[in-house]
Amino acid sequence: MRNVWAIVKKELKIYFSSPTAYIISALFVLITGFMFYVMVSNFSILSVQAGNNPYFSSRLNLNQYVYSPFFSNAAIILLLLLPVLTMRLFAEEKRQHTDELLFTLPLTNTQIILGKYIASLVVLLVMIVATVPYAFYPFFLTKPELAPVLTGYLGIFLLGAAFIAFGLFASSLTENQIVAAVFSFGILLLLWLIYWLTYVSSFLKGFLKYISFFSHFDNLARGVVDTSDLVFYISFAFVGLFLTYAILEVRRWWR
Amino acid sequence: MIRTENLTKFYGEIRAVYRLNMEVPEGTILGFLGPNGAGKTTTMRMLTGYTTPSFGKAEIAGIEIQKEPIKAKRLIGYLPEVPPLYPELKVRSFLEFVGQVKGLRGKELKNRIEEVVEKTGLEKVADRLIRNISKGYRQRVGIAQAILADPKVLILDEPTIGLDPKEIVEIRQLIKSLAGKRTVILSTHILQEVTSICDTIAIINEGRLIEFGKIEEIEKKYGSASLEEIYISAISKEVKA
Repeated sequence: MRNVWAIVKKELKIYFSSPTAYIISALFVLITGFMFYVMVSNFSILSVQAGNNPYFSSRLNLNQYVYSPFFSNAAIILLLLLPVLTMRLFAEEKRQHTDELLFTLPLTNTQIILGKYIASLVVLLVMIVATVPYAFYPFFLTKPELAPVLTGYLGIFLLGAAFIAFGLFASSLTENQIVAAVFSFGILLLLWLIYWLTYVSSFLKGFLKYISFFSHFDNLARGVVDTSDLVFYISFAFVGLFLTYAILEVRRWWR
Repeated sequence: MIRTENLTKFYGEIRAVYRLNMEVPEGTILGFLGPNGAGKTTTMRMLTGYTTPSFGKAEIAGIEIQKEPIKAKRLIGYLPEVPPLYPELKVRSFLEFVGQVKGLRGKELKNRIEEVVEKTGLEKVADRLIRNISKGYRQRVGIAQAILADPKVLILDEPTIGLDPKEIVEIRQLIKSLAGKRTVILSTHILQEVTSICDTIAIINEGRLIEFGKIEEIEKKYGSASLEEIYISAISKEVKA
């Protein structure tokens, strides 16, 4: 455990001594903040217009009109940004030849993977927590439901954790950071969109729906916590970490 | 202290190291010689557990590196050919990372870092980012991390490469001062370095061990020739399949 912690510290130092982590976090807060602002403004215009219409105004709900789309959009932004966060994790070690130190220190591959994974989760947590000040601002003005907002946050964290695990795997495949980022972004995007197939064909419908990020995230963004969604994210992250482990084990024979 | 048995590494069809048998007693300073591409680096990588041999085995103090890698790696300090440094870290925090992983804690860690910083002459740059220090200093940081946890076995892949003459002398003295109870394997192309530091030499060519033994014995065997002549005649021998 101490070894894992040593790697976490090292990775965080590297993250925060280069501009990467700052730029990614700042962009995340800026873009999601911008979206949130537009959605809240739009909602207030709708509320004024709906003032004369009791039926419509009774159906206006901040959770449904602001928070749910906000989390869905934040998820897309994570899809764009997280591959950049994870691309260097193993690729850069190889390029800088530091892997020759890392893999000759008394560390197990599991410790190395966990250390790097946890460090990236910390950065993800920082990014997400940084949105709290504005995302909770409407609570001072009106009374949205709290629970769906919290599940939305849980959702983007788990989704991000799954993305990071896959990004770690992509980074273990190459010594080129760009290749790692493009690969993880491309595959994650494909997995996001794969549910489209279910519109045109019933082939493997249940399976495709299950492996698509979109269908799982939709529930959480709306504030619905379904165990099967949680299990999906966690197993996806686990598979990503396991594949990384397999790559590290195989690479010992080839370097 | 270090023992290899039929240690072999193939990269596809290419035979990097083939059936290398070697026994290095405790306290030896072994000069590892051979032309570029002879398999020195690959051998060192197998000894340190970075690479898995195709077959054969390597033991450090009786511990087989493939079977108990963590236990064996605790005994080794390793400086690869390219010093493995994180440019984004400060020298001191890099050494802290290595020390923590090697099991040093708290005060002991601090003291050891101060000690190796002094020994390797890093005082001036200890709080600078590795990115910003010169090549000579980087090489020293590489040596500092290798000796940090006072390892029983020190494996140095061309430790004086890229240093200026004054630094070379300093590093050689440092390596000499580290000897004693430690076992050191040092690969180099500078034969003068071998005569000034090492007591034993191993010459490999095309992945095979050609000569191994105490310098005096090998000199006797070759009729008291200079190390240069011994080296040339050893590597021009026909390599047996």
